[in-house]
Amino acid sequence: MSTGFLHQSSTITRRDLLRERRSGEVLWVTLPFGAIALLLVPLAIGTDAPTLQRIGPGMFWVIVMLFGVLIAIRQTNSETTAQRDLVALTGLDPAAIYVGKAFASFLLLLVFEVVLGAVTIALYDVSPSGWLVLPFVLVLAAAGLSLLGTLAAGIVATGQSATALVPLLVAPLSVPLLLGATQALEAIRLGRSSLSWVLLMTIVVLLLAVAGVLSARPLQETA
Amino acid sequence: MSAPSTLVDLEKVSVRAGAVRILEDVSLVVSPGDAVGIFGSNGAGKTTLLRLIATLQPYSDGVCSILGVDSSTAARYDVRHQIGYVGHTPGLYRELTLLENLAFVADARGLDSALAAEALGDVGLAGAADRRVDHCSHGMQRRAEFARILMTEPQLLLLDEPHSALDANAVDLVDALVHRTLERGGAAVLVSHDRARVKTLSTRTHEIKDGMLR
Repeated sequence: MSTGFLHQSSTITRRDLLRERRSGEVLWVTLPFGAIALLLVPLAIGTDAPTLQRIGPGMFWVIVMLFGVLIAIRQTNSETTAQRDLVALTGLDPAAIYVGKAFASFLLLLVFEVVLGAVTIALYDVSPSGWLVLPFVLVLAAAGLSLLGTLAAGIVATGQSATALVPLLVAPLSVPLLLGATQALEAIRLGRSSLSWVLLMTIVVLLLAVAGVLSARPLQETA
Repeated sequence: MSAPSTLVDLEKVSVRAGAVRILEDVSLVVSPGDAVGIFGSNGAGKTTLLRLIATLQPYSDGVCSILGVDSSTAARYDVRHQIGYVGHTPGLYRELTLLENLAFVADARGLDSALAAEALGDVGLAGAADRRVDHCSHGMQRRAEFARILMTEPQLLLLDEPHSALDANAVDLVDALVHRTLERGGAAVLVSHDRARVKTLSTRTHEIKDGMLR
C-alpha cells in the first residue's frame, strides 16, 4: 500500500522526534552547552550592563548558529548503513525523507532558539526589539539551518570523513543566515527597514529546500 | 502491474569500488518459487550480491532487472517495498522499542499498526515488545527483523547469514519465512556459511568466489 508525501514526511519526523526524546541529545546535551557558552561571555568580559546589552543579540545568534549546526548535523552519525537500507526498502520517497528529517530538526532548533533567547534576555539584560519581525527571523534561521544540515548530512552520509566534512560544509553556507538574522534585528533597532534581510533569509531557505528535494534521490543512491 | 515471470535477472553484472573488483560478470536468474542458496568465504562478494539484488548497490556493467524493472532506473523506487532484506547487522533503531521499530515500518508502508504487535507475537517477542532495542540481545533483534518480514510480506526475500546468532527455535523461523514467501509466489535468496542448513532450504545453490558466481 503506498502512502502520500505528507504522510511519509510526518512518519520520518515522528521517528526522529521519538529518537530525540529517548536520547535527549539536543535537549539534555547541546542545549545546556549552548546556555553555558552564553554564560561564559559575561564571566570573561565582566558584568558591565551597557556592554552586555550591546553584544547580547549578536552573541545569541553566534551561539544559535554554532550549536544549531551541531543539532542540524546530528543525523550524520545517527543512522547506520543497515538503517538507511531499511528506510530505502520501505519505499519512502527520498524527497519525503529529506523534508521529514529537516522538519524534525526545524522543531528542535526552534525550541533551542526560544530557550537560548530567554537565557540571553536574563543574562544580558536585553530588551528584544522588533516583536513583529523577530518570530519570522527565528523561524527562517531554524528552517535554513535544518535544511542545510539535512542536506549536508545526506551529502556526506557514508564518507569516512563525514564528521569532519559536515561542519566545513555547513558553517560557511550558514553565513547568509547569520548575516540576515543579525542585520534584520539591527535594522529594527536603528529604525530602518529589515525587509531586505528577511528577504535574503527567505531566498536562502527556498534555495536550500529546492536543492534538498532535488538531490534527495541521487544522495540516497550514493549513501 | 502484473507479477513478473522472473523476479531477479542479472546479466554479466560487475561491481567495482575504484580499482577493486567486488563482483565480476555475475549472471543469475531467480523465478517465483525459487529459493537460491549462495555460499562463499569472507570477502567473496556475498553481501554485495545481496545488496545488488535489493537495488541498494550501484553497479558498473551489465543488466540488472529486479521484480521486472531495470534497477538502474528510477523505477526501482516502485518495487523496493516488495523486497524484504535482512542483513547481518540489524537495521533497528536502538533508542526505540521493538514495537516502535516495527510500527515505524508499518506506518511508512501504510499498513495497520496493529500488525506490528501481531508480527512480534508470531516470532515469540510479544513479551518484549516494549523493550528498547539496546536492551535486547542480538538474537532478539534478529527475530524482530524476521517479524518485520512477516508483517510486510515481501515478494523477494533476501537473507544474509540468516542463521547466525539464533537459537534452535529462531532457526525454524527462518525456514518458515522462506516457505511462506515461496507459498505466496515469491522467491528467496540466502547467502550463508552454513551450507548444511541452507541446502535443506534451497531449491538450488551457487558458489561465489572472488566476486564470480558459479
